[in-house]
Amino acid sequence: MLSRMADSLYWLSRYVERADNLARILDTAQRMAGLPSNYAGSTNEWESVISTAASTAAFSAQFDEVTRANVLHFIVGSQANPSSILSCIATARNNARSVRTAITSEMWETLNDAWNETRTADVRAMSPSDLSRFLAMVKEMSLRFDGAAYRTMLRTDHFWFQRLGTYIERADNMARLLDVKYHVLLPRQELVGGSLDYFQWASLLRSVNALTSFHWVYRESLQPWLVADFLILRSEQPRSLVSCYKEINEYLDQISDAYGRQGASQRRARATLARLGNANIDRIFQAGLHEFLEEFIADNNELGRNISQQYLS
Amino acid sequence: MTEQSQFNEMYGPDGAVRPGYAAFHEWIQTASRELIDSRKLEAEHFFRRIGITFNVYGDVQGAERLIPFDIIPRVLTTSEWDLLSRGLEQRTKALNAFIGDVYGAREIVRAGLVPEDLIFQNPAFQPEMVGVRPAGDIFVHIAGIDVVRVDAETFYVLEDNARTPSGVSYMLENREAMMRLLPDVFHQHRVLPVDDYPDALLATLRSVAPKTATRDPTVVLLTPGAFNSAYYEHSFLADKMGVELVEGSDLFVRGGIVYMRTTQGPRRVDVIYRRIDDEFLDPLAFNPTSLLGVPGLMSAYKAGNVTIANAVGTGVCDDKAIYSYMPEIVKFYLGEEPILKNVPTWRCREADSLKYVLANIDKLVVKEVNGSGGYGMLVGPHATREQCDAFRAKLRDSPAGFIAQPTLSLSTVPCFVESGVAPRHVDLRPFVLSGADRVRCVPGGLTRVAMKEGSLVVNSSQGGGTKDTWVVEV
Repeated sequence: MLSRMADSLYWLSRYVERADNLARILDTAQRMAGLPSNYAGSTNEWESVISTAASTAAFSAQFDEVTRANVLHFIVGSQANPSSILSCIATARNNARSVRTAITSEMWETLNDAWNETRTADVRAMSPSDLSRFLAMVKEMSLRFDGAAYRTMLRTDHFWFQRLGTYIERADNMARLLDVKYHVLLPRQELVGGSLDYFQWASLLRSVNALTSFHWVYRESLQPWLVADFLILRSEQPRSLVSCYKEINEYLDQISDAYGRQGASQRRARATLARLGNANIDRIFQAGLHEFLEEFIADNNELGRNISQQYLS
Repeated sequence: MTEQSQFNEMYGPDGAVRPGYAAFHEWIQTASRELIDSRKLEAEHFFRRIGITFNVYGDVQGAERLIPFDIIPRVLTTSEWDLLSRGLEQRTKALNAFIGDVYGAREIVRAGLVPEDLIFQNPAFQPEMVGVRPAGDIFVHIAGIDVVRVDAETFYVLEDNARTPSGVSYMLENREAMMRLLPDVFHQHRVLPVDDYPDALLATLRSVAPKTATRDPTVVLLTPGAFNSAYYEHSFLADKMGVELVEGSDLFVRGGIVYMRTTQGPRRVDVIYRRIDDEFLDPLAFNPTSLLGVPGLMSAYKAGNVTIANAVGTGVCDDKAIYSYMPEIVKFYLGEEPILKNVPTWRCREADSLKYVLANIDKLVVKEVNGSGGYGMLVGPHATREQCDAFRAKLRDSPAGFIAQPTLSLSTVPCFVESGVAPRHVDLRPFVLSGADRVRCVPGGLTRVAMKEGSLVVNSSQGGGTKDTWVVEV
C-alpha cells in the first residue's frame, strides 16, 4: 500500500478519535459546571478542558479569560485551532477524501455527513441543549465510523493502519485526561469519601464512558486508586492504557507478519505493553502518578514517530 | 433555427412518443409536482452524500458544487446504438492510426492530406514523442467522442477528446441514481448495463502493459490530487478498478523503472492511467516548475518500461482544425467511408473560408482550434453585435486559430426545469476504450444538457447538467 495512503488512514483515525474525546470531555465539563460548587469543587472545569486538550498556550494566545463561551469557541469551532472538533472533522474528511479508495463508502459517508452537518454550526449561539445535541452527534459520528471500519473494511494493512491511529490517539488522550485530573486521584486525607471527590472521580469515569462499567468490575464504591487502576491497568476496560497497547501490539504484529519484517515500532510497543503488564497501581502511586503518565505520553509519542519513519514516509 | 425545427427525442416531429420513451412519457403525465420535486431532492442528497462534486476554478464560494442532474433519462434504441458504436469504433481506430503516423512515418503529411504546420505547430504536438511506439501501438486508450443529433437518423461528431476525457463517473453514478430514485419505471425497460466500465477500463490498461512487465502488471491512476476539479472521478475509478490512486510524489524513477513508495518499500509500476496534462507529467522533460509530475518519467516511458495512458501528445487529435480533416483521416487509414458525420467546418486559415465566416458570423458558431470546456467560442445567433465584431477582429488577427461551423439544430430532450417540463439541448459523450486486444465501448455515455432555455452550451463549467443515458431494447 502507498505510504501516503497509510499515513492518511492513520491520521484520519487519530482525528476522528480526537474529536470523540473532546466531545466526551466537553460533555462532562458541562455537567460538572452545572453542579453546586460544594459538589463540583472550586476547580474551573473549563480550565481543565483546555489543559486536557494540551492547548493552554494556544488558547491564551487567543483569549484572556477561561469562560464557557471562549472554551466552546476554541475547542468546538475555532478554525485557528487545528485540534478543535470542527477542525478535526474537516481534517479527517480531507484525509478521507484523499484516500477514498482505501476506505469503504460507509466510512466516507459517515465523515462526509458529519462534515456537511457541522460545517455551518454556529458555536457562539449554542445553548446548552444545542451543545448536548452537537456533542451527541460527534460521538455518534465516531461510533458509526468505528463501526463502519470494523464491519466493512478488508482485513489488510489498510485496516491495521487505520486501527493503529485510533489506539495511539486514544492512549494519548486517556493519559492526558488522567494527568490533568491526577490531583483529584491523589488521596487527600481530609476529603476522602467526601461528596466533592466522588463527583470528580465520577466525572472522570463518565468522560470515558466508564462509570457504569466501573461498578461491574469492582463492585465497590469509587476509590481514587481503583479509578486509576481501571483506566490504566485493567484490560476489561476498553479505553485503558493497557487495552490500547494490546490492540496496538496486535495490529503492529499483523503488519509485521504480512510484511515479513519487524522494526522499532514493534519493539517499542512490546516494551510499553510489558511495562504496563508488570505495573501495579500501588507502586505507580508511590513513584508518582504524574511522572508515570508523563513518561507514558512521551513513549507513546515516540511510538508514533517510529511508525511514521518505518511505514508512513 | 426555430423551435419547431428542433428534433425532440421524446416526441418526434409528429408529436408521437418515440420508441423507448413510452414509460417515461406516462410517468411525466401522471406524477405529481410533489413527487417529482421529492425525487429531485433525493437525487441531490444522493450526489451530495457520495461526494460527487466538482470544483470550479476561481470560484471560492462554490468550492464543491454539484452538477445538476435531471431525472428524465435520455433514451436511445439498440439499433441507434449499433450504428453509433460502429462509428465510434471506426473513428477511434482512425485516431490511433493518425496519431501513430504523426509521431511515426508521417505518411498522411507526405500524401498531402493534412497540412504539416497543423501538426508540427500544434501546441499539443510533443517533439519528445517522435519515434516512440507505445505498447500495442495504442496512443488513445480512452477517447471521449462528443456526438450530437439533429434528427431521427443523423448524428454528428462535434469533437474528439483524446487527451484525458472526463465525465465517465457521472455516467456511472447517474445510472446508480436512476435505479434508486425510480426503480419502478427503470424496470419497465431493458436497459443495457454500463456498470462494467471499470472492468473494461482495467482490461484495456492491462492489455497495454510494457513487454518488460510481469504477467500481473501493476496499474495505477495518477491524479493531481484532492484539489483537482475531477478528483472525485479519479478516486472513483481507482476504487472501482482496485488500483492505487497515486500522486506524483508517490512515484519515483530509478534505473529507467517507475516505482511507487509503499509501506513495504518500492514497488514497480507498469501502467499509469494519468489524469494530469502532458506538460505536468515530468519536470525534466516538460514544465520544470511542475510539482505534480514524476522526474524521469519520460525517460522510463521512452525506454519502454512503463505505459502512459493516454500517450503523451495525443492532444493533436483534439484540435478543431485537425477535426475538420477526420473524414479524410478515416478514409486514408482504414479505407472505409466514415460512419459518423463531421459537422461541416470552415477553416479560417483558408482565405475563402475566412471571407465567408466574416460575412456570416451571426449565423455561425466560431471556435478556437485549441479551446475546450466551452470557453473561447462564439455562438453567432445568440451573440450581440459587439461580440460578433470582437470575434471578427480576432479572426482577422489570427485566422488560423479559429474554425467555424453552422449552428446545428441540436436535438432536445424534455427536462424538469423551474416552470415544469421543457425541452433542452443535449449532446452525448460515449467513452471508447482501445486496448492492444480490442476496442471496448459500454452502451451509452454521458448525456450533457444545456439547462438554460435555448442554450447550446452543455459544459458543466458553464452551468450545464447531466442525464442518465439509456440504451434500451424495444
